[in-house]
Amino acid sequence: MEQHILSLILFTPMAGALVVALLGRDASRLIKTVGLLFSLLALGLSVWLFLLFDGARGDMQCVEIIPWIPTLNVSYNVGIDGISLLLIVLTTFLTPIALLASWESVTARLKGYVALMLLLEAGTLGVFMALDLFLFYVFWEFMLVPMYFIIGIWGGQERIYAAIKFFLYTMAGSLLMLVAIIWLGSYAASLPGGAFTTDLLRLYAIAPGIPMGIQIWMFLAFTLSFAIKVPIFPLHTWLPDAHVQAPTAGSVILAGVLLKMGTYGLIRFCLPLFPYATFRFLPYLAGLGIVGIIYGALVSMVQPDIKKLVAYSSVSHLGFVVLGIFALTEEGMQGSVIQMINHGLSTGALFLLVGMIYDRRHTRLIKDFGGLARPMPVYAAFFMIVMLSSIGLPGLNGFVGEFLILLGSFRSAFLGSPWYAIAASSGVVLAAVYLLWSYQRIFFGKNERPENQALTDLNVREIAVLVPIVLFIVWIGVYPGTFLAKSAASTKQLIHRIEETRRGSYAGAAIEPGHGAQPGDRR
Amino acid sequence: MNPSMRDLSAIAPLLIVAGTGIVAVLADSVVKRGRSLSPVLAVAGLAAAIAFSLPALGDPAASAAFGGMVRTGAFTSYLTLVFCVSGLLSVLLSMSYIDEMIPERGEYYALILFAVSGMILMASAWDLVVFFLGLELMSLSFYILAGFARGRMTSNEAALKYFLLGAFATGFLLYGIALVYGATGSTSLAGFPARTGGLHQPLLLLAGLALLMIGLMFKVGSVPFHMWVPDVYEGAPTTVTAFMSTGGKAAAFSGFLIIFAPPVLIAQPALRDVLAVVAATSMVAGNIIALAQTSVKRMLAYSSIAHAGYILSGVVAANPAGSNGVLFYLMTYTMMNAGAFGVVSLLEKVDGSMLTFDECAGLSRRSPLVAALSAVFMFSLAGVPPLAGFFGKYYVFAGAVEAHYTWLAIVGVLMSVVSAYYYLRLVVVMYFNDNPGGVSPAARPLGLAAVIIAAIALTGFGVFPSILLGLGARCF
Repeated sequence: MEQHILSLILFTPMAGALVVALLGRDASRLIKTVGLLFSLLALGLSVWLFLLFDGARGDMQCVEIIPWIPTLNVSYNVGIDGISLLLIVLTTFLTPIALLASWESVTARLKGYVALMLLLEAGTLGVFMALDLFLFYVFWEFMLVPMYFIIGIWGGQERIYAAIKFFLYTMAGSLLMLVAIIWLGSYAASLPGGAFTTDLLRLYAIAPGIPMGIQIWMFLAFTLSFAIKVPIFPLHTWLPDAHVQAPTAGSVILAGVLLKMGTYGLIRFCLPLFPYATFRFLPYLAGLGIVGIIYGALVSMVQPDIKKLVAYSSVSHLGFVVLGIFALTEEGMQGSVIQMINHGLSTGALFLLVGMIYDRRHTRLIKDFGGLARPMPVYAAFFMIVMLSSIGLPGLNGFVGEFLILLGSFRSAFLGSPWYAIAASSGVVLAAVYLLWSYQRIFFGKNERPENQALTDLNVREIAVLVPIVLFIVWIGVYPGTFLAKSAASTKQLIHRIEETRRGSYAGAAIEPGHGAQPGDRR
Repeated sequence: MNPSMRDLSAIAPLLIVAGTGIVAVLADSVVKRGRSLSPVLAVAGLAAAIAFSLPALGDPAASAAFGGMVRTGAFTSYLTLVFCVSGLLSVLLSMSYIDEMIPERGEYYALILFAVSGMILMASAWDLVVFFLGLELMSLSFYILAGFARGRMTSNEAALKYFLLGAFATGFLLYGIALVYGATGSTSLAGFPARTGGLHQPLLLLAGLALLMIGLMFKVGSVPFHMWVPDVYEGAPTTVTAFMSTGGKAAAFSGFLIIFAPPVLIAQPALRDVLAVVAATSMVAGNIIALAQTSVKRMLAYSSIAHAGYILSGVVAANPAGSNGVLFYLMTYTMMNAGAFGVVSLLEKVDGSMLTFDECAGLSRRSPLVAALSAVFMFSLAGVPPLAGFFGKYYVFAGAVEAHYTWLAIVGVLMSVVSAYYYLRLVVVMYFNDNPGGVSPAARPLGLAAVIIAAIALTGFGVFPSILLGLGARCF
């Protein structure tokens, strides 16, 4: 059973979706319970995976390979390293929370909703597990479908526009990646003794030798697709629409997990497959990361709508992750990995909190609130903790990630200038500004409106949804070692490989890819 | 020359389908209740043809029959399967649809069977003349079927347009055959690529092949010979459109695979580049124009032009990956397009008015099953994994990239994004909008069954594409 643990985790939500689909349409309580149970089962399995995982090893673990499409040399090939492990645990952790959060707010077409949430979880897990580019692409695209329906059916006023924009934006980026994947496969076939392959580990060995002129295009095709998903400025315009229009649970998963697929893709594919192109483009990408940090923060500051504020703050936070990745240092990379988790927890929790107040008041405009701390003390306390974690207060999780990223980019030989870190640190200050200011406007001051005075505080279910998140916010803040230890060896190996490539390229022109073979040359 | 037993058994599926067609015509006029008998006969005949073509699927070596005029083997059987599946789906969809629409349905099912025989003849052709024979048999049946809704202006217009333009295209094709004969001294396709090298009159051959290509482009409905597609597909009874756009297209593409086999295309780089441009413009024009349609049927018609472009890129690739991709694509396209038109046939009113997007609004509430099925077809047509439509696109584009036609693949994927917009529009109206006055599906259990079968097959071939790919790989 242990050697099939990944498949078990992957297929548990799929089986859950199937079971839910077979239930009667009106048995809403049963549907919710069954969906929750399956997502908890997946969580339990992934906790087991976490314990099984050997953090001292940097290579792929729990690998399963089953031939799938022999004619194309594609196999069902899954495996994880420390980076994917953390993201898998995050996914399985947030899904039951999201289901529980929408326990009462979603009533229409409940069956489809629960089934789609489980399918979404399965698709996302597949993205983080796939070690075959083709399989990866299948999950990457497949996961669009449930998200599209979740936004389009259960979303807000402008949901249709947001759903279509989300779908087309993402698809436009990823289809170019598909061409690049095919090209890589044929490149592998064109090498002496090679065969068409989309096996990631095999391509790790081959792809860096792609001639520079083409490597750049490959890199750009992959990066475009991931940059849209992250989103990196200026490709972020789908995000505010999708986040604001999605139902609460959709926003939680979207911000908590789906955005990480983009940064994960950068780490898993762009850096190791195209190191030379990475060296060439990293100042620009790190620069765009910083633009995102500052731009996202500034736009957040002026949002009248809390949900939009949180959405734009994602752009800012993900900017940190991008900066950390392209610093190409161990600290930066570790910081990015842990910051992905942090953002999933903090922003997920913020969306939950916004959803809870929206369920009560059916408005999200900051100006409609004020003095909420009095009628809702528990709510205010939770909001405070989560907000401080998002700001990066020492002792909470956000600090760990941002600190490591800033440290890594400050020291980075690739960036070659401390100015990146200095510019990025302004984002920390700006985050404090927009979050504290909005907190002040929502919770302090006079509570003048009668409908605000009559607000009820959180109920048991809502507290149960938030407590686990807050627990991890504190855990990572106080003792991040539990999680960092799992990914340390993997990031170390990745950075080590890149360092070696660079040293090789300094040693002589022979390594700087020159005039290698191209697909089709064998004819 | 008297045909031997071996010859006859080689073309058994063709004989069965054609024979059933003749019986259906006779039954219609001789037996008292023959009219209700003919659809049953059609199903039985097509099913028998499928059964007879299955054994040869595993037979990679093509063998000739009838003195080298036709050939048998995996390629022929595979395509026979595609045609029969297309025919079966259409017959099932037609069963009460045609009754409701045209009381005097007469020879409808016989014509479908004759068209299928024509298609099978095309795919088994080993000589240009036989290919032409099959093409004419198929086209003539189509002309009549397109105009089968006699009382409707659009249907009459469709038939007339299709006939006039189709006859013109046939002229091109025939002239091309004549020129190829003049250049190579034979109409046989056996050893055809070898005979095209070292000719005294290479220009004559080029002209002949170009004319042949024009004829085929017309039949697959690719730009710039696509003008008939929207009007004919929209005007013809929907079940006929489901048949024409799948089986008919597949048969025309079998012509591309047989006549413009990889060696021929590689020896004629000019034609290959022309074909690449045609593929690209078909994808662009089909998809862009489809964006602006309000009628679902017309949208699907334009989208079929775009799909002709996708499939052509597999032909342009001229390598095993591309050819295999074309075969895979043809089968899955048959499933998804027949399914999509099938859904339209279930939803549209029988008075001949066109089904609009607005009428489909809120269908997911009135009929969750039909809405879910349409979503499957739309996502598959848009090429979203893990449905089979995605794999079809993947294979033809993989072939194109491998053949250094990366730009064609890039055009293809970008246009897929455009197509996603209008395919999703149907899903949007069905799931996200509401319209209490919208349509509900007609109660036609057999038609619904056909659509369900197609959707299941699409999912199955998507998750386990090796089933089809393994078959296709034996064909070349």
